[in-house]
Amino acid sequence: MTIRVFIPGDAGAVAVGADEVAAALAEEARAAGIDIAIIRTGSRGLFPLEPLLEVETPEGRIGYATVYPRDVKALVAAGMLAGAPHEKRIGRPEELPFFKRQTRLTFARCGITDPLSLDDYRAHGGMKGIERAVSLTGTAIIEELVASGLRGRGGAGFPTGIKWRTVAATAAPQKYVVCNADEGDSGTFADRMLMEGDPFALIEGMAIAGIAVGATRGYVYIRSEYPHAVAAMEKAVAIARGAGLLGHGIAGSAHAFDMEVRVGAGAYVCGEETSLLESLEGRRGIVRAKPPLPAISGLFGKPTVINNVLSLATVPFILAEGARAYADFGMGRSRGTMPIQLAGNVKNGGLFETAFGITLGELVDDVGGGTESGRPVRAVQVGGPLGAYFPRALFDTPFDYESFAARDGLIGHGGVVVFDDTVDMARQARFAMEFCAIESCGKCTPCRIGSTRGVETLDRVIAGRDVERNLAIVEDLCHTMKFGSLCALGGFTPYPVMSALTHFPDDFRRAPAREAAE
Amino acid sequence: MALKPRGESGKTPDVTDHQPWSAETARAIIAANAGREGATLPILHALQETFGCVPEAAEPLVAEALNLSRAEIHGVVTFYHDFRRTPPGRHVLKLCRAEACQARGGDALAADVERGLGIPINSTSADGRVTFEAVYCLGLCASGPAIMIDGKLVARVDAGEGAARVVEACSR
Repeated sequence: MTIRVFIPGDAGAVAVGADEVAAALAEEARAAGIDIAIIRTGSRGLFPLEPLLEVETPEGRIGYATVYPRDVKALVAAGMLAGAPHEKRIGRPEELPFFKRQTRLTFARCGITDPLSLDDYRAHGGMKGIERAVSLTGTAIIEELVASGLRGRGGAGFPTGIKWRTVAATAAPQKYVVCNADEGDSGTFADRMLMEGDPFALIEGMAIAGIAVGATRGYVYIRSEYPHAVAAMEKAVAIARGAGLLGHGIAGSAHAFDMEVRVGAGAYVCGEETSLLESLEGRRGIVRAKPPLPAISGLFGKPTVINNVLSLATVPFILAEGARAYADFGMGRSRGTMPIQLAGNVKNGGLFETAFGITLGELVDDVGGGTESGRPVRAVQVGGPLGAYFPRALFDTPFDYESFAARDGLIGHGGVVVFDDTVDMARQARFAMEFCAIESCGKCTPCRIGSTRGVETLDRVIAGRDVERNLAIVEDLCHTMKFGSLCALGGFTPYPVMSALTHFPDDFRRAPAREAAE
Repeated sequence: MALKPRGESGKTPDVTDHQPWSAETARAIIAANAGREGATLPILHALQETFGCVPEAAEPLVAEALNLSRAEIHGVVTFYHDFRRTPPGRHVLKLCRAEACQARGGDALAADVERGLGIPINSTSADGRVTFEAVYCLGLCASGPAIMIDGKLVARVDAGEGAARVVEACSR
């Protein structure tokens, strides 16, 4: 009988040698005369375990963690292909506390199924959403989404159903569905994992969006730094087209919807939705002033649903299981689950999908297990390069949109980057300004000039020159950027800068004071 | 961590064997894509994949095919960090300089690699051996520091030994 072995093809596993492990195992099994089938899955999302190899046994899938090519021979000899004991054996991965504590709705299949097998997708609950959607009116689909409370997972947190309602209500000969997969925030990788590990969920979500609002064309705009995600989505789109999930008469209905993968070109600002639309149209990724909203005048001036990967990939679950099943999770106005990404200097780094409401401290200390370096956690940046740095004193903050906003932060796309006590927060503040200066599209002055002046001023602070006067200038710059910038790049760069200043003031006053040099 | 010489990891933008500039080839690439909605970026990517860069000579050809001004195309080429004006070195090394990698020792790695290669980040060695660039996030934020070498991703690259292996891989 063929023994099935699962090895992730996720970039996070490939980057630590998963391809070489798969090749070594195929070779070893051939030499030993053992009949195996290697299935490349997505990643389950606990990256310290990668490359994580799983063997199908009567007791379920048995995992072997951090398997490198050099380990394969000994593991096969020890009976790994029958699930035998070994120091690398971790038992059934889903029994590990990191996975047991999660509520996986959006990521239910990721790491488990073959990402490019529609049969596997169907067998694990896929296609149920669109099958229900084609039996409903567009309005009924949208109301289901509104009732679910799903909010934009890209960071802005705007209710997805309301956005769709606007597009549906705007008459036009052509409408579009655009997926924002320009996941540029450091500390985030959920979009990448989903596209590599369960691409049909995104395709199904986009097709449902098309049906709901009357759009027939879609684009997934993926950043060029994600070659594996681009390849996975391109293959999945071709398979979906061949199987009738895309094209004319999708899922046996009278609806038409097709989509295409487009690749970015290394501009962080294109994660901002209007800049992304400009880029898709073939122009510089310069931010547009709003209004008009993309829902009314979006891609090529047509009504456009533009949503993040995670928002769209969650739609099939909501349609399949009903709004209630989703809205039952969460707290306050943050309903459902959030795929949180634990990153940076953290022991258990990876994807942790859970209902809104878990505290930052639980996430970092309990789930994350503290720092990987073993040193104390000093600061945590939540929400990417535009998110605030939180000190331990704020670890009681519940993870939801409103609670973070109330403490001058944001959850953004759900990235949580952990730093130990060796971090210099003045340098991090300077980096935030530097990053903004590198990536600014240049359209508005507060962002373009403010960030450059911010770097210069913080350099003076770090050098100990006229510290208090220069810090006052930094604060003033932040105020101007926050209230005067056109988009979140310039508008939110003050979050990391000001939070570093507020919570870690000593880091800005380390250099011996000097006379003003200029 | 396994660092392989280029060519073994399949087709990615940075590992193609680049062709010398040919207006004829460029016209064929442009014509194959010109009918697409918002064709500019797909065309520029295809040109760079073939020639290793988007040379200035390509701009009027793209502009003409898309009925846009040369200035508009020039503006697009120069806006995006990905597009190069000259072909890169034989190896292209991208090293993540964003926060999650910084938290895991990315600064020390960058310093070691700069020292080992003898060039600062965002430059090409004088002998054309390697182009060394900063990248802001490769999506490997729980297993940094991360790099991309000739299109292949490598994570958990530490300073010291890891840096030495990177430098060695770029020396071949």
